[in-house]
Amino acid sequence: MAEILLSLVVVIPLAASVILFLSAGRLSGFLIGAIACGAISLSAIFSAILAGLLHSQLSPSLHVFFWEWMRTADFSTGIGFTLDPLSLVMILIVTWVGLLIHLYATRYMAGDPGLARFFGCMTLFVASMLLLVLSSDLLCMFIGWEGVGLCSYLLIGFWYTEPANLAAARKAFIITRVGDAAMLCGLLLLATEASSLQVDTLLQTVTAAKISQSALTFSTLLILVGTLAKSAQLPFQSWLPDAMAGPTPTSALIHAATMVTAGIYLIARLHVLFTATPLVLTIMAVVGTLTLFLAACNALVQSDLKRILAWSTVSQLGYMFLALGTGLWQVALFHLMTHAFFKALLFLCAGAIITRVHHEQDIFRMGGLFRTMPGIALAFLAGATSLAGFPLLTAGFYSKELILSSVWNASFFLAPDLILSGHVFWVVALAGAFLTSLYISRCFLLVFMGKAKTHESGQTPLLMAIPLGCLSFLALFGGMMEMPDALAHVHLFTEMVDPAHALPSADEPLWLLLVGGGIPVLGALLAWIFWGQRNPVLHETSDEPAPPQTSQPVPILAACLLPLFRIPSWLGRYDFPARLSKGVSILINGMNTFALQFRACIFMNVSHQTLMTLRQGNLLMAYTQNGRVRWYAAWIAGGLCASLALAGLT
Amino acid sequence: MTVFSLNETLLLAVLLFVVGLAGILVRRNLLFMLMSLDIMLNAAALVFVAAGAKWHDASGQVMFLMILALAAVETAVGLAVILRLHASGRPTLDADSGNLLRG
Repeated sequence: MAEILLSLVVVIPLAASVILFLSAGRLSGFLIGAIACGAISLSAIFSAILAGLLHSQLSPSLHVFFWEWMRTADFSTGIGFTLDPLSLVMILIVTWVGLLIHLYATRYMAGDPGLARFFGCMTLFVASMLLLVLSSDLLCMFIGWEGVGLCSYLLIGFWYTEPANLAAARKAFIITRVGDAAMLCGLLLLATEASSLQVDTLLQTVTAAKISQSALTFSTLLILVGTLAKSAQLPFQSWLPDAMAGPTPTSALIHAATMVTAGIYLIARLHVLFTATPLVLTIMAVVGTLTLFLAACNALVQSDLKRILAWSTVSQLGYMFLALGTGLWQVALFHLMTHAFFKALLFLCAGAIITRVHHEQDIFRMGGLFRTMPGIALAFLAGATSLAGFPLLTAGFYSKELILSSVWNASFFLAPDLILSGHVFWVVALAGAFLTSLYISRCFLLVFMGKAKTHESGQTPLLMAIPLGCLSFLALFGGMMEMPDALAHVHLFTEMVDPAHALPSADEPLWLLLVGGGIPVLGALLAWIFWGQRNPVLHETSDEPAPPQTSQPVPILAACLLPLFRIPSWLGRYDFPARLSKGVSILINGMNTFALQFRACIFMNVSHQTLMTLRQGNLLMAYTQNGRVRWYAAWIAGGLCASLALAGLT
Repeated sequence: MTVFSLNETLLLAVLLFVVGLAGILVRRNLLFMLMSLDIMLNAAALVFVAAGAKWHDASGQVMFLMILALAAVETAVGLAVILRLHASGRPTLDADSGNLLRG
């Protein structure tokens, strides 16, 4: 019974996507939406039933083995599913949040000529994510991993007549592919060392210390690179904001339920491997911390509504990687869940706003929308406060507070006699929380308050409003199943996910909680002072919006550090009132000039050199690919002769 | 009837293979390249037959038949490609001129 349900959870969305792809315009729009939503809702109901079954059963997990994929003398791999509390939480998030997004999308995408293709991709997306989550074998999981990448490519480039969308799709695909290659190398290394990719066997092998430490470190490092690319962390972060080119429900799906959460999930699944390599954990925490801070800086200077949300996703994923870096994967999973709720909500709200103001995405051209669309404004407010982590009321508070307190208590391994205290990371994470609150409040105030600048028309249909309502409820109250000890002794989530290992109940001081709760309020206050008053302190010097962020290739190093340099230039764009002394503006102008000079001198040089080297390498590589059969045959023959000579001589 | 030793047959096969390979590398005419490809396939088949004769195993002959079928199919497909190229207005059989994706 449970076995059949478990396979149906994956098979039904897959079947729906096959039907939709093969329908080729023969189905009506209503039928397409019904098939997609029906499949996802069946899947969601089955996963809820499974949750009940798993809860009532004594065994903590459920295994289904379908068939053996391949077998050699010392390696075998099979297709099978495992349901344990970790994957259960994930499939519940993926199916239920996915269902709400699908419901919204039936109305949002109604009338689009490529509707069948859209829903085919969406259901395939959910099916690949479920396969990724449920499979008990890393090789089988890799199929889902690649499937998720493929679907994101198809959906980002959904409106394929715009060249910009295609460029964004290619960018997402290629950047995640770099990570996938590293990940595959890591998996192969693990396979040769442990002679199995079955997750259970692998974890036992590692626990029994049968793998050499260096091989383990190397393979976990490679897997980490793969997850960083998938989850848009620091060197690879640039694909996610460009992924906004797709339809809004796609963005919601990518950011909340599928795709970017895959990296977090994989590390949580393999946490035993990572705990055995403390250095990799430290790298993970450092990358997460840097990402959460820089992405928050970037979100602060965007003017496109969807881009603000995209950067905030990168920043929140940074929090999750930081939490994973402390070794407490349950904490990261908890934030993943609350993030799925409020980020899906924010994206769906953004979609509703953008359709009603005639596809205007610039927040400086909106304003005063609270009066005309109070319902959406309240939903957005729920999501925004949850993202900022407003104390007590919102889900985001509980998860972010848990991360902050576990980071405070953690220590990070650098060298055998060098331990880094978690306090440093805590400070940066707190600064990130402040910036989060600042940018999302800025977004809310500019969009919903102040003078109206756009025409707004239409109504938000009921089918779009219901998912918003459900997600608002979840974004506000979904986090109450896990509370800090100082408030109440509720630990439902961590006890359910990992009953064996409860969180270390550290006696954290009360002021930690107060600071964690106070910082978002402080950020919102500052945003109110800056943008919220009738005569805002900061107003744009020019009416024309900031130039749109183009997706031109920026070298990685420069891309990482660009946000740092944007802050002075951003500050410099404002007219400061006379009551602020002139010294401040001189100081800021000086900083700005210095930053620009510095950037021009060093980074432009470095990036130019990198670009030239790459371009020449590209030319060299392209020269070998001239399309001439005889040339290729000569290479093959030459390689054969060389390898024969090598074999004969040695 | 002279009986060749395995070494002699292998030498012959290598010679045939090199002749075919050289033909592919040197010739630019698609027809001659196809023929050279067949010579290479026959060289490989000869090795199978020789090995089968040496170890008294019928699998060598079976493999020879399979290679024969493969060569026939390959020639058929190659000739069909050449005919299609001709039908689409390509005036030449030069293999080096067809190195672009556009027809």
